Amino acid sequence: MSGVPGFSYAYLDEGTKRMLRRTLLKAVAIPGYQVPFGAREMPLPYGWGTGGIQVTAAIIGPSDVLKVIDQGSDDTTNAVSIRRFFRRVAGVATTERTTEATIIQTRHRIPETPLREGQILVYQVPMPEPLFRLEPRLAETRRLHALADYGLMQVRLYEDIVRHGAIATAYNHPVMVDGRYLMSPSPIPAFDNPKMHRMPALQLFGAGREKRIYAVPPYTDVVSLDFEDHPFRPIRAPHACALCGAADSYLDEVLTDDSGGRIFVCSDTDYCATRQAARQAAE
Amino acid sequence: MIAPGFADPTLDSQATFRALLAAMSHPGRVHPAGRGLSPPAPLTPALAAVALTLCDADTPLWTDAPEEARRWLAFHCGCPFAGDPARAAFVLPHGAPPPLDSLAQGTEEEPHLSATLILPVASLAEGAGWRLAGPGIAAEARLSVAGAPPGFAAAFAAQRARFPRGVDVILCAPDRLACLPRSLRLSEV
Repeated sequence: MSGVPGFSYAYLDEGTKRMLRRTLLKAVAIPGYQVPFGAREMPLPYGWGTGGIQVTAAIIGPSDVLKVIDQGSDDTTNAVSIRRFFRRVAGVATTERTTEATIIQTRHRIPETPLREGQILVYQVPMPEPLFRLEPRLAETRRLHALADYGLMQVRLYEDIVRHGAIATAYNHPVMVDGRYLMSPSPIPAFDNPKMHRMPALQLFGAGREKRIYAVPPYTDVVSLDFEDHPFRPIRAPHACALCGAADSYLDEVLTDDSGGRIFVCSDTDYCATRQAARQAAE
Repeated sequence: MIAPGFADPTLDSQATFRALLAAMSHPGRVHPAGRGLSPPAPLTPALAAVALTLCDADTPLWTDAPEEARRWLAFHCGCPFAGDPARAAFVLPHGAPPPLDSLAQGTEEEPHLSATLILPVASLAEGAGWRLAGPGIAAEARLSVAGAPPGFAAAFAAQRARFPRGVDVILCAPDRLACLPRSLRLSEV
């Protein structure tokens, strides 16, 4: 068994992994419900993915292939560090290719390439409670979830329409899971929300600081909150990617100089690189 | 002399958990479990693998299995035994199982505090039998279960009215398992 001598496999001790695993099974059985768990101190600060790392550590095994993305990118500090962490402590293979991965840990994006059955998408979640900004008392939000009383959120979206003429949430747009629980999709762009609906892959969400785990099983209805006369609209910058020409991917705006020059490029680096390689091969 | 547990506790429990996670997220699919285990009867390899993977000192277990099996569970899992099935986190029956609605259901605010029933059955097969629908199932799944207690399917289907409260079930044939999460809509034939 590979790993670092003196450390447990996948860093966490067996008791902690059992606790996480029991939590994960309950989370899958109650889609969208936030299950509290005993989050451990991890060798990186809150906000860097401690929840996602604990979920990944509880599920990962030697035959897994791990991909880690941060805002769609495989090559940011956070993604590179977490990938290296699991290569060391769990001896797993890592990849940047969405199609090759069995586990994809993500911060704030869903890959553009559609995920398939058997893959697991692990989200790093900063704030799991969708009602947090509307009702700061956690005891009260638990009551609201128990009663499925989500009027507060509908009112917030309505106020958006009154003030701005449209629902103004560009990211973290709340969703209903299987018609029962209101869920925070973690701050993914609203553009990604439709990908969660009946996704063939299992989606697991870990919030380390807030000590909550929740899940969306495969093929589960995930509906973005909206109104009949103001339907949910995923937002995308009206450009094509400057590198690969994609007109259907989520774009990052990149400043290229200090005199106003800017380009739009795919936020999903693997999707962009794959398209560029295919174009070069065709030429 | 107590029979051994997992040969490799870390990797064997990880593999068993992934089977459980896949089974819980795709209700009706049957996964192999418990290879290499030879626990004392009436425990089967699959039952033993599930207990070793999920049970420990934090999870009161209710079982009516005979003394040798209880000793094996106590030694390998270190779990306390609950005298009352309503107070158990895991329920592992040997004879007729306690009624589903007598087990811990969780509360409306904390539905995760419900029991998990680890139910021994004679055999499991996909493609025929009970009709399953709900989260984790693209259209419809079928699961054929031999040796389920009489009235079990009806009792499980009835608890859907209590959602999100309810008991999750891990069905264990001797060397394979399947899961019935409470989110499932189950109908016989």
